[in-house]
Amino acid sequence: MSLTLGHFLGLGAILFAISVTGIFLNRKNLIVLLMAIELMLLAVNMNFVAFSHYLGDMHGQVFVFFILTVAAAESAIGLAILVLLFRNKSSINVDEMNQLKG
Amino acid sequence: MDYQAGFFYFFSAVLLFAALRVVTARNPVHAVLYLMLAFSQAAAVWLILKAEFLGLTLVLVYLGAVMVLFLFVVMMLDIRIDSVRQGFWQHVPLALALGGLVAAELTALLWTGFSNLAPTAVAPVAGAAAKSNTHALGILLYTEYLYPIQAAAVILLVAMVAAIALTLRHRKDSKAINPSLQVHVRAKDRLVVVNMPASVKPASTVAASSEGVAK
Repeated sequence: MSLTLGHFLGLGAILFAISVTGIFLNRKNLIVLLMAIELMLLAVNMNFVAFSHYLGDMHGQVFVFFILTVAAAESAIGLAILVLLFRNKSSINVDEMNQLKG
Repeated sequence: MDYQAGFFYFFSAVLLFAALRVVTARNPVHAVLYLMLAFSQAAAVWLILKAEFLGLTLVLVYLGAVMVLFLFVVMMLDIRIDSVRQGFWQHVPLALALGGLVAAELTALLWTGFSNLAPTAVAPVAGAAAKSNTHALGILLYTEYLYPIQAAAVILLVAMVAAIALTLRHRKDSKAINPSLQVHVRAKDRLVVVNMPASVKPASTVAASSEGVAK
């Protein structure tokens, strides 16, 4: 039994599901929420790379490149905001971040 | 089952276990370390898919820079684990139901949707023998995607400036001098000559004071 596209897509799907579960489990822990988002992006990238390999198209890998760029920028700004919040409130509990009254 | 499939199952098993531990670990530092393990396994899976450049980029950029940044931040913050773990177990049924739903839907859709594609498309990437993966990716990036890659560079620059601007803190007790103010100083700001009329003291007080001096 050799590897098919379905194997890699299934792996990406299970990874995505685990990160969705993680977002629901750690509703109060902002830093684990950020990590779950990173895992989601990894699952999406896995699909891109798998399709790129099995369809013989390099454009998918270029897209993974851009997703990595945006993910790095997102995590840098997210962590900066996290540090700022912790400095002001001494906590990373999501429930306490209601100052904008949204 | 060839050895490639064996490696795939091994890497996937470790990847899924690490991902599970990321979302369930009690200590955030352990979660970050498991996330690093997950990314390294994903890089190995990408190597199986012959995406060598992206696999190595994932290790160098993600494990080397982004995850270390995560680790720094987690270690800098003094997180009270008990308060953020509050309500963890009461969300488990909902989380498992939703996760199972997402996994079932995605797997059913993707597996059935692309099952007809899998047998025919095992052919390697066109021209893979002629040039390496990095070469092919570089040609594509710097010709067809030239403007998007410059936009990505600008995004990274903006992210860097934003991260620094957000976390920069001016200390109030610092005695540091401002070089800009020093350079731009002018003589008339420093020394002001006030034009005052000369005042003449009354003669009696002058005489009294001179007597006092004489005594």
